[in-house]
Amino acid sequence: MDVSTQDAHESVFPGQVHPTAGGGILVTKLDEVINWARSNSLWPLVFGTSCCAIEMMSTAAAKYDWSRFGFEVARATPRQADVIIIAGTIVNKMAPVLKRLYDQMADPKYVIAMGACATSGGPFFYNTYSVVKGADHVIPVDVYVAGCPPRPEALLHAMITLQEKIRSGIK
Amino acid sequence: MNKEVLKARLEELLPIPSFEEGGEWLAVIVDPAAWDAVARQLRSTGGLDFDFLFCVTAVDWKTHLTMIYHLTSTIHRHTLVVKIKLEPVNPEVPTVSGIWRTAEFHEREAYDLMGVVFTGHPDLRRLFMTDDWKGWPLRKDYEDPVNMIKL
Repeated sequence: MDVSTQDAHESVFPGQVHPTAGGGILVTKLDEVINWARSNSLWPLVFGTSCCAIEMMSTAAAKYDWSRFGFEVARATPRQADVIIIAGTIVNKMAPVLKRLYDQMADPKYVIAMGACATSGGPFFYNTYSVVKGADHVIPVDVYVAGCPPRPEALLHAMITLQEKIRSGIK
Repeated sequence: MNKEVLKARLEELLPIPSFEEGGEWLAVIVDPAAWDAVARQLRSTGGLDFDFLFCVTAVDWKTHLTMIYHLTSTIHRHTLVVKIKLEPVNPEVPTVSGIWRTAEFHEREAYDLMGVVFTGHPDLRRLFMTDDWKGWPLRKDYEDPVNMIKL
């Protein structure tokens, strides 16, 4: 899909500027401006538990470069992060850690479940004693990405989908 | 030391050694009761000098369990595999953590996941699983109706 044109269309500023002498008058809705601002500056948390994290790093690196969409700065502390990308398997011992990280993030906060493990347990769904069958058993998820692991394009698509969700005002 | 020379050397050293061949490395089968003495010999006999235990494995064959130790010598660059057949219920084998320090954690892992008891181990506790965990999760007959969805 053509990411760039769709994004350009969706992220236009929500309001009209009426030019007047000495400046101009902006007519808009505050909620829409806030959502527009939030959606274009989502800082992800540095969090990865398995191979999906490698694809996530690739998405952050020069070739795919998620900073083009406002995901510029990955933060190493949950207190400065807006979105957590669950990149990998969540095991029973990791579940309380993930819950605490999510609780420590400041509102508004968003969650992307990246890949089969974070979505449903994926390859570890059957006959496993240690894996949480989907990260949504632990924290609420906004966007799910299919794949094992998903390609960087798929993660970018999920991130843009999250931006659209935020702009649409859905809680 | 190549495989043939190593095999000849071990035949001198051990009472009735039985070997398994065809793999990348020479494998010798050892009785659990003799393991401690054999391990000490392998570690300290000149010319053998197996000073590095690089892998400890437990295998569940359903009928019995097997412990597999991969030993190598950083001086002579030769490698030996030791296999020990254990009972299916209450598998026990002497620890080698006093001979190769690395075995301390490897054996804790084998105990934690496969339930092999290493007699004489200084600190045989669970390693990955929580302390109150019941059962040995990597055994073939392991059942856990709470966490496991059977296919």
